[in-house]
This record gives sequence, C-alpha cells and structure tokens, in this order.
Amino acid sequence: MAHEATMSPLAHADDHGGEHHHESPNVFGFWLYLMTDCVLFGSIFAAFAVLRNQYAGGPSGKELFDLTNVGIETAILLFSSITYGFASLNALAKNKTMVLVWLAITFVLGASFVGLELKEFSSMIAEGNGPDRSAFLSAFFTLVGTHGLHVTCGLIWMAVLMVQMMGPQDLSERMMNKLACLSLFWHFLDIVWICVFSFVYLAGVM
Amino acid sequence: MLGKLSFSAIPLDVPILVGTFLGVAVIGLAVLGAVTYYGKWGYLWRDWLTTVDHKRLAVMYIILAIVMLFRGFADAIMMRTQLALAYKGNPGYLPPHHYDQVFSAHGTIMIFFMAMAFMTGLMNLVVPLQIGARDVAFPFLNSLSFYMTLVGALLINISLFIGEFAQCGWLVYPPLSEMQFSPGVGVDYYIWAVQISGVGTLLTGVNFFTTIVKMRAPGMGWMQMPVFTWTAFCTTVLIMASFPVLTVTLGLLSLDRYLGMHFFTNDAGGNVMLYLSMIWTWGHPEVYILVIPAFGVFSEVTATFSQKPLFGYKTMVYATCSIMVLSFVVWVHHFFTMGAGANVNTFFGIMTMIIAVPTGVKIFNWLFTMYKGRVEFTAPMYWTIGFMITFSIGGMTGVMLAMPAADWILHNSLFLIAHFHNVIIGGVYFGYIAGMGFWFPKAFGFKLNETWGKRAFWCWFVGFYLAFVPLYVLGLEGMTRRMNHYDNPDWYPWMLAAEAGAIVIALGIVCQLTQLYVSIRDRNLPENLDLTGDPWNGRTLEWSISSPPPAYNFAVIPDIHGLDTFHTEKQLGLKAHGKPLAPIHMPKNTSAGVFIGLFSFILGFASIWYIWWLAAIGLIGIVATMILRSANRDVDYYVPVSEIEHNEEVYSRRIAAAQAAE
Repeated sequence: MAHEATMSPLAHADDHGGEHHHESPNVFGFWLYLMTDCVLFGSIFAAFAVLRNQYAGGPSGKELFDLTNVGIETAILLFSSITYGFASLNALAKNKTMVLVWLAITFVLGASFVGLELKEFSSMIAEGNGPDRSAFLSAFFTLVGTHGLHVTCGLIWMAVLMVQMMGPQDLSERMMNKLACLSLFWHFLDIVWICVFSFVYLAGVM
Repeated sequence: MLGKLSFSAIPLDVPILVGTFLGVAVIGLAVLGAVTYYGKWGYLWRDWLTTVDHKRLAVMYIILAIVMLFRGFADAIMMRTQLALAYKGNPGYLPPHHYDQVFSAHGTIMIFFMAMAFMTGLMNLVVPLQIGARDVAFPFLNSLSFYMTLVGALLINISLFIGEFAQCGWLVYPPLSEMQFSPGVGVDYYIWAVQISGVGTLLTGVNFFTTIVKMRAPGMGWMQMPVFTWTAFCTTVLIMASFPVLTVTLGLLSLDRYLGMHFFTNDAGGNVMLYLSMIWTWGHPEVYILVIPAFGVFSEVTATFSQKPLFGYKTMVYATCSIMVLSFVVWVHHFFTMGAGANVNTFFGIMTMIIAVPTGVKIFNWLFTMYKGRVEFTAPMYWTIGFMITFSIGGMTGVMLAMPAADWILHNSLFLIAHFHNVIIGGVYFGYIAGMGFWFPKAFGFKLNETWGKRAFWCWFVGFYLAFVPLYVLGLEGMTRRMNHYDNPDWYPWMLAAEAGAIVIALGIVCQLTQLYVSIRDRNLPENLDLTGDPWNGRTLEWSISSPPPAYNFAVIPDIHGLDTFHTEKQLGLKAHGKPLAPIHMPKNTSAGVFIGLFSFILGFASIWYIWWLAAIGLIGIVATMILRSANRDVDYYVPVSEIEHNEEVYSRRIAAAQAAE
C-alpha cells in the first residue's frame, strides 16, 4: 500500500534494496486512520448519549442487559489482546510457528466474542426489542454493532495475514508492518470496548 | 430480482431529462469512439487509469471537477430561469418535484464533486512537488481515493436518468429525508454517492498528512514549508477530524431508512436536531476544508507575481492554524433558531465573529505583499484581486449572520444564499481557478492563454455581482430560499437581474473553455512553451524541475536551507544540486483502484435499488480485490541512472534553448 520508495527523502536516498531502519509510513498512516476511527466512534457515542433515555415505552437497559454475559464477552476480548501481544513478541523473535499459534488463539477468542454478541442481539430481537423498537435501542444496536463489525473486519484481516504468512511473504518487513497495524487495530478495539462496557452496559444497569 | 428497479424508473416523460440523456450519450459515444479510432485504449489504461502518479491523478481530479462544474452550473441556470419565469400566473417550466431535485443536486455536486475534487486535484499536483517528494506516502491509496470520488460523481449523475434525486436540499435534513416522507430512491442516491466519495476524501486526508509530515526534503522544517503546503496540511487535519462525523451522520440516516431505526424520526424517541448538530459538526469545517487551500493558492500567486516574499509568512501560518481550530467551534450558527438558548447562541455567535480576525490578517498580508511590489497583472492575479474584494464583502455579510438576533430574521432567506455564494465563488472558486492558471504550465509544459483568462475573469466577476447582489436584496425583502414560485411584484425585477447575472457567468464558463481550446491549439508557440520549468520566476521547489516533471519528480532530492530556498539560490546563481545520481525506487501502476471503484459502484447502485444479491457481489469484490492487492509483491521498480541522465540532459538542452531565445 504505502511505498518505501516515496519515503526515501527522510531516510537515505542511496540505501535501496538494503535494510530500512526508518519508521514505516504504513504504521504512522495507520495510526492516523485509527484516530479518524476514534472520531467515528466518538460520534456514535455522542448520538447514544443524546438518545439513551428515549425508550419510547420500550424496555430500558436495566431490563435488557445481562451483565454476566457482557462480563464474559469483556474478559474474552481483553484476553485476546494479551494473546495478540504474545503473537507480536514472537514475531519480533522471528518465530513464525508461535506467531501463527498465538494468532489462531486470538482469532478463536475474537470469534467467540462476536458469537456471544450475536447471541445477545438475536435474543433481544426475538423478544421484540430490536433496533426499530426505540431510539435508545437504535443507538444501542448501532454502537455495539459498529464495534462488532470492526472486530469482524479484524478477524478477516487476521485470517488473511495468517494465510499470507504461510506463503512467500513469511515474516518479511512488509508482513511485520501489517502485523503491527493489525495489533494497533486490535488493541484500539479493546479500548473502545472498555468505553462501550462502561458507558452503555454499566451506566445502563446502574 | 431487481429490487425496486423497473422500467418505470426511467423518466421518459420528462423531456428535459430525455434531451440531457441524448446529449450525454452522444458526447459519451463520441469520446469512446475517438479513443477507439485513435487506438488509445492501451495508452489510456496504462498511463492514466491505472496510474499512481500524483500529477496524473491531479489532472484526472481536475477534469472531473470541470465536468461537474458544468453539471452544477446547468442546475444553477435552470433554477434562475425558473424563478425569472415563475411569477404570478406563470408556473415556470420546472414543476416542484423536479425543481427540488435540481437545487438539491446543485449543492451536492458543487460541494462534493466540483469543489472537493478541484481542491484534491490541486493538492495532488502541488504538495509533493513543493516539499521535494517523489510521490505521496501511499500512492495506491491515492489512486483508490480518486476512484471513490469518481464513483460518487457517477452515482449522483446516474440519478438523473434512472430514478430520481433527493428533494430535501443538499444536506438532506430529516424528517423530510426519512422513509416516511421521502420513500423514493433519491435520498439513497445522495447517501451512497456522498458516503463513497467521503471514504476517498478521508483516505486523501490521511495520505497527505503522512506525506507532509514524513516526506519533506532534508532541511525543510515546519517553518520552511511553502504556504500552500501549510494550507493543505491544515485541510488534511480538518478532513481527518470531520469526515468521520459525516460518515456516521449519514450512516445513522441510512439505518433509519433501511432498517427502520429511530435516530432522526418524528416518533419513537428520534431527535431531528441531533442530525443538524452532527451534520454541521462536519459541515462547518468542510467549508474551511475548501477555502483554506484557496488561501494557499492566493499566497503563492500574490508572492510570485508581486516578485516579493510573502508578507508575514509566520502570521499567515498562525492565521491558517487558528482558522483550522476555530472552525470546529462555530457549527451552531447554522441553526441558531433551534432554541439552544441565549447563552449557547451567544458563544457560537462570538466564536463566529472571531474567525473573521485571522481571515482579516490574511487579507492584509496579501495586500502588503503587493504593496511596493512589481505586480504582474496575469490572469491568476486578476482572480486574486477579485477574490480580495469579493471575499471581504462575503466575510462582512457572514459577520452579520453571526449575530443571532440578525440571523433570526435572515436565516433560510436568500440573504444567506447570497452570503455563502459570495464566499464560495469569491473565495473557493476564484482561488482554484487562479491555482489552475498558475500551475497549469507545471502540469502540461505550456501556459494558458492570458487574454481569454482575463475575459473569463471579468465575466465571472461582473456576473457574480449581478447574480448575487439581487439575492441579498431579496433576502432583506423576505424571500426565502428554495421557493418554486412567488407572487410578490417587488421581487420580480431582482429575479430578472439575477438571471442576467447567471447568463454572464455562463459566458465566463464559455471563455474558460475557449481559453483551454486556444491554449492547447497554440501550445507550441514560443511565448507559450514552458521550457525552463520556471515560467513565472517562482519561489518554491515545484519550479526547480522540468515542466511537466518526470514521474519521479526530482532526479536528486534538494537540500533546503530556509524559506524559498529555490528562489534564493536562483538569485545567488547557485546550482541547485551537485549530488550524484542513483537509481530511483518507484511504485508500479496498479489496476486495484479501478476494480475497487467498480465494485463500490456496484455496491452503491445495488443498495440504492435494494438489489441485495448484486450488493453482496460488490462487497465481496471490494474485499477480494484488497486481499489480492495485499498479496501482490510486485509493486515497485527502479528507474535506472541512464534514464535519469537522459531526462536531465533533455531538460538542460531545453533550458539552453530557452536562454538562447532570450
């Protein structure tokens, strides 16, 4: 995506084909993208804050949320950040097998998180409390669902990287950059989830 | 199978649309036929459509912007003609259903597909050259951004011939834009066109921010950056901070429309004012996204043609940055009548007036740059001076509107319409046209014709005042915006004057087209050719290389020792570099952007018409193309030294030829 070549002014123009020691533009650019994603989540949080009491005669968060289930989801997602961390450490140590193992564990944890979330959604919809019930539920489903969609994209990305790593890309510098970007993404989604957990579920139940 | 789409969606009963369709079809077929006849498909595909070269993407952006200008202007003159006719017993020629689509499309197209595309084009052409870079940080993303913008523009124009466009204004306010009141596909066309192009704009923001932060030539600190690059930088910050809000706002509106949610509906707890607050949180920074780069253009043009360094470079930078920050704390002035209370309105009123201060600083900087300079009155300079006058008037009416008490009277009136056209035409459009004239020789190697440029300026300048001063008057007389018909005899003569103004502006556009034609025809005349790469005695790095520059821009990356290093070295007679040549690492062209654009188009079109299987194909296509691209390892190449040497030799010979001619 980004091009080492076009970055050369800051590094050394004559250092081609060799090792690149300067910070990757990809990671910097990805940081920027994450900040824009942060604004995106911030806007949805703002919409949620405005609409959180608009039950329109429907159920409130207190009646709907099952903190045990959400607690398990939270634990799973936080734990998946640790396992991704182990994958990153092994990538730095150039231990490809262990990277794949830890990524696979992270993938399973992420998929279980999404699975639990879908279960929560489907049971709410089955009881007639879907996103079209009230403005509060619209905001709830959108905020939590947007996070879930991000996690799903992260899972697809992770699967793609695992397959590519087994191929000719191996643990090349390009692959290391990709792993670093996905790592940022994954931890970022963790932080967003902590906000969702606090402001949506905890504040909703209290 | 085809969702909502059926043959009845094609408006065969509207003669204006059928005529337009035939016109577009004939021109389209003629262009395609010409490309085929001259056997240029391969060239077009290899050298343009799949390019990742920022200079070529810039040209494509600006061509798109000019085409969209025609479309947007056609809408404008249709509206003016309707209002020149639709007085008393005459209903005019546009029924409300059609008229409402015309004014919605006019605003949407002019902002998102004319102004944004033009701005992105200028940034693409100039920023990497001004900072001494060989391309942008993410060349592939740059190509992708272009295709996202193009797809948005295509969708909005297809709505002319298949289905309909939104009828609720350029920001589709709910509840009118909700399913309950707009059950057609018009609003969906709006949403998908703007969302897809918005993704492209966001990527452009990230791309150019990274480029400016990471890729400046050695020695170029922040305070050695050319002013245009500074303004581009501030614009990218605004893009990154505001476009996600637009994405969310329109996303929530689509959830209301597609999944029956209740964000902005009248019932079930929805909140209409939430939409207004969110859309203007994006919308106000957006006008600065457009105008700040125009300020950059004026700074470069004024300094170059006054043959002096820019007066108050540092204050210019600080003023730009203050505008950037302040633009985020004024959005409530778009809906003072919401009822937020006196305290809130006062805060936003005062913040709005404060923005006039840094803007005023800039005007004085340009004036003092011209003061005691040897001003060359070229066409770009005409546009600049026209801007200073026009924009100052627009700024003052803006401060009038910033007073909540006055705004309660004037809001939603033609006074408002006159105000923002005053700043957008007088600021943004004049700026981009000045920039196009200024950098045209850099992109193509020959100058634009001066005479026709000045004629275009006078038509636009006079036409603007003729078209919009009447709207100020009409606003004060109580005429509201978006009216289709009126009975007030006091308004009629002013409406006729405004129509005359629109016709004069049309002549201006004709002059601009003639200018392009004449310039291309006479491109090889010695006075038009730009052999040296520095036709204006320029100050910044883009003038230190040949016109048009080679794909890699700089054979050797220059060292920077201060502001306007190129100009200083030129005056001291220093040679810019003596460093040895080395092979240059460059990105290869790629068709991934074209394909992601194609699949985005399929996704957007299918979702507008509820053809879900086709939408799924579009989505899968996008993801698959991205995965294939990320697996592709053949993405770069090296330009050999022999080729660079050859290019440099040709360039030296051209400089020698130019010197011999003098």
